Amino acid sequence: MAGHTPLKDHISESRIFNARLLFCFLGVAFLMGMLVVRMINLQVVQHAQWSTKSDENRIHLQPLPPTRGLIYDTNGEMLAENKPSYTLVLVKERITDLDASIELLRELLPITDEQVAKYKQQTRQSRPFEEVPLKYRLTEAEIARVAVNEHRLPGVEVLAQLVRFYPKGEMFAHTLGYVGSINERELSRLDVSLYSGTRTIGKIGIEKFYETELLGKAGYQEVETNARGRVLRVIHRKDPAPGSDITLYLDSELQQVVIDALGDRRGAVVAIDPKTGGILAMVSTPAYDPNLFVTGITSKDYNKLREDERRPLYNRASLGEYPPASTIKPMIAIAGLDTGVTNLEYTIFDPGWYQLPGEERRYRNWKRGGHGKVNLQWAVMLSNDTYFYDLALKLGIDNLHQYLSGFGLGRRVGLDVSEERPGLMPSREWKQGARGLPWYPGETLITGIGQGFMLATPLQLAASTAVIANRGHWIRPRLLKDSAPQIAASEKPPIDDVVLRQEGIWDFAIEAMRRVVHHPRGTAHYRIGRKLEYQFAGKTGTAQVVGIKQDEKYDAEKLSERNRDHGLFVGFAPVEDPRIAIAVVIENGGGGSSSAAPVARQVLDYYLLPRINDDNLVGEGKP
Amino acid sequence: MSLQDFQRQLPLNEENMQSRAVYLLRLDPVLLGLLLLLTAGGLLMLYSASGQNLAMVTRQATYLAVGFVGMVIIANIPPRIFQRWSVWVYLIGVGLLVAVLVSGAGAKGAQRWLALPGFRFQPSEIMKLVMPMVVAWYLAKRVLPPRFKHLMVALGLILLPVSLIAKQPDLGTSLLIAASGLFVLFLAGLRWRIILGAVLAALPLAWGMWQFVMRDYQKQRVLTFLNPESDPWGSGWNIIQSKVAIGSGGIHGKGWFGGTQSQLDFLPESHTDFIIAVLAEEFGLVGVLLLLATYMAIIARGLIISVNAQTLFGKLLAGSITLTFFVYVFVNIGMVSGLLPVVGVPLPLVSRGGTSVVTLLAGFGVLMSVHSHRSWLGRG
Repeated sequence: MAGHTPLKDHISESRIFNARLLFCFLGVAFLMGMLVVRMINLQVVQHAQWSTKSDENRIHLQPLPPTRGLIYDTNGEMLAENKPSYTLVLVKERITDLDASIELLRELLPITDEQVAKYKQQTRQSRPFEEVPLKYRLTEAEIARVAVNEHRLPGVEVLAQLVRFYPKGEMFAHTLGYVGSINERELSRLDVSLYSGTRTIGKIGIEKFYETELLGKAGYQEVETNARGRVLRVIHRKDPAPGSDITLYLDSELQQVVIDALGDRRGAVVAIDPKTGGILAMVSTPAYDPNLFVTGITSKDYNKLREDERRPLYNRASLGEYPPASTIKPMIAIAGLDTGVTNLEYTIFDPGWYQLPGEERRYRNWKRGGHGKVNLQWAVMLSNDTYFYDLALKLGIDNLHQYLSGFGLGRRVGLDVSEERPGLMPSREWKQGARGLPWYPGETLITGIGQGFMLATPLQLAASTAVIANRGHWIRPRLLKDSAPQIAASEKPPIDDVVLRQEGIWDFAIEAMRRVVHHPRGTAHYRIGRKLEYQFAGKTGTAQVVGIKQDEKYDAEKLSERNRDHGLFVGFAPVEDPRIAIAVVIENGGGGSSSAAPVARQVLDYYLLPRINDDNLVGEGKP
Repeated sequence: MSLQDFQRQLPLNEENMQSRAVYLLRLDPVLLGLLLLLTAGGLLMLYSASGQNLAMVTRQATYLAVGFVGMVIIANIPPRIFQRWSVWVYLIGVGLLVAVLVSGAGAKGAQRWLALPGFRFQPSEIMKLVMPMVVAWYLAKRVLPPRFKHLMVALGLILLPVSLIAKQPDLGTSLLIAASGLFVLFLAGLRWRIILGAVLAALPLAWGMWQFVMRDYQKQRVLTFLNPESDPWGSGWNIIQSKVAIGSGGIHGKGWFGGTQSQLDFLPESHTDFIIAVLAEEFGLVGVLLLLATYMAIIARGLIISVNAQTLFGKLLAGSITLTFFVYVFVNIGMVSGLLPVVGVPLPLVSRGGTSVVTLLAGFGVLMSVHSHRSWLGRG
């Protein structure tokens, strides 16, 4: 301490220091007070609010999807079940860099651009911390590869999920339909709370029609999670209620017989039990594997199906509208007798054609030379067109429309068939409305042989045949036989019975149809009428696909396959106690007797023979 | 040794009569008791915050033991030794800071560590102790209140290491070290008009800092502080989660290990900077007030020591160390409770971390040294 520095005054310096220290102490006390106030504010005043936030942090509500109801055939065979499948899911809230994680996953297992696009679309509508699937049906090896790299893939998990599976594959594709991912349009109209946790919905067929019943009721659980979203414990749980298990009238074995009988031909078969209305078989060929659609079909597979000119996606059984051709003749005969415009004795002479008074055009019988003298019974048996031109003209389009509508033509007849076209039963009003033209008498003539505007689905044809078998009594065709728990029946109104003035008309019609099969000159006799062990009533039909010009001869050989006639057949058996009614359509199959009728015979033989033997009904049939 | 032999013959003053052993080790029993209480409580909190990780607690206890041993050693060094050597240590510290900037090993994007064979250490930790010493050393020789010339020199002594540390960049530490130097200036009687002028000048300076000096992450912290809800998943997350933890604790807390925010990992940095949120959640307001009372008692004891110090150097040094300790407490708790921006200051002696514990206890060793060498100086 050099001498020239000012002298230090220790007392004054102490005073300065002490004053400053006191100031500091007051500052410390003040700031400590601030902390205390802050803490009291957070922990006492705002306690409730932060408590709630703390619970929101840790407690999450997780939906528990219900198990979809199973579907059985009439014999208890499984048609649709739920199988565990391993799905790669991502929780985007737990992933820092989504694209990087997906890139890494792609190094481990094959993931298509399409799957990534689909995932991103689904994340847009997902709730926070929801597991959104990226890839379904992982193999054991893929699961292992993901598991090994788990530490590099936060937010990526492999989830065991129940996925719909159709063990019969193609067999019931069109009828059962399939489930698929919920799309945006469906999302906008369904009740989201019912589908929390559920990613699929019935798209078509039974899966769509009974969607509400099959779905079940979602449950939920309150879980405590940590900051990374991992579930630590379940606080509260409400179990989901599984969907109803459904039993259908469909018979797998019969369905297989139908498919075998159709072979690789395009066509449709519907078989109904007339007593219950139960649909025993409903086949449309070619078909597709519905399992492809469950977890999202690739666009390559889908385009292949869509662009296939055999149109496998198309459900011919209830959406296919075909000219019913001669299969409607028994109903027109019934109309003729019931209105009294014809009777059993009335006979015409068929030269092979029919001409309207004052018109050049000849309406031809299918048999060029004509059948000569024919009465109504022979007309049905021989499928004589000339008689029916005459009868149709006498009935008029109004009567035709009224009677044939009574048999279900032009109407949706199914009770629980989700996709069904109504066909077309033309009328004056329809033509005026649809075409803006009046009805011409020539159109009445061709309506009389089931051609022209008239269109019907195989389902309608089977249903109308069942009505004849039931002598006018209507039971709408249905697929649902039973369910557990019981589900409400469809609310569709019943169709009025066809009531005739005389019961005998039914006897006549059924006998005429029996002769089609059993009488040596019946159109179906040669192909299916021999060695029958039961009484079989039926009617063939051959629907023109292209118009045949006047005087031109139909030559199947010359026509391209696609222009050949559709072969049709309707029938039921046994006549005295009908157990099955059937309609067969073979697209471009040629004549109904040669293409469609043998299919019906095979199906009925398979279905009836064991049952007839059981019931000791043998021996009543005449060969 | 000869020095201690000489001391032993001196009459003991009544304060040091309580325990001969404590007196012999030149410890202050009040301060020691409070520090033991605080660190023991801190270990209990760390056990909960670490998810009952005993290894982590043991490691921290080891650091504390090292820190207490260091404290005892420093308590036995007479203050005049600090006074004599502080300027040299200061120069070495500055040299090390330069070395860090040139070759420091990066940690979390910042260069704070100096790797020496066998261990790494942060030269800025040395500065925490040396800064008040060197300013006190400089001002104690001058007439108080300090003249403008001396003020400038003192500010130069402060700003040189502070700017080096800020360049690392470690804003929190540089501000704390600057505070420890400025406290000495303030206690030395820096004129109010100068303080007021500095504050007025600081406003445009702060604007300039914001515009040209502050890094984006530092700006982001300030902005997030002003409105944490603006970025709840990013930088606002920490502060929101810590407020949730504190607020949901209520008066009595959720119980030891019962804090859902901390145990379920919603609270980030729960065993380092945000450990008081664990205490607040699990022990409620009661626990927080006990902690604050302990800190307040330690600070009060430190201020008493500095009032009773017999040299100006001792007074300035003890006062600055105590007030800097308070700044730690206030900045950390203020930050965790959402009053202050998140600057990364640990809760002193409670947060996990070896270096800061050793430095802080060394500081208390200096306080004890100032206190226990009093009588000798007084009679000498």
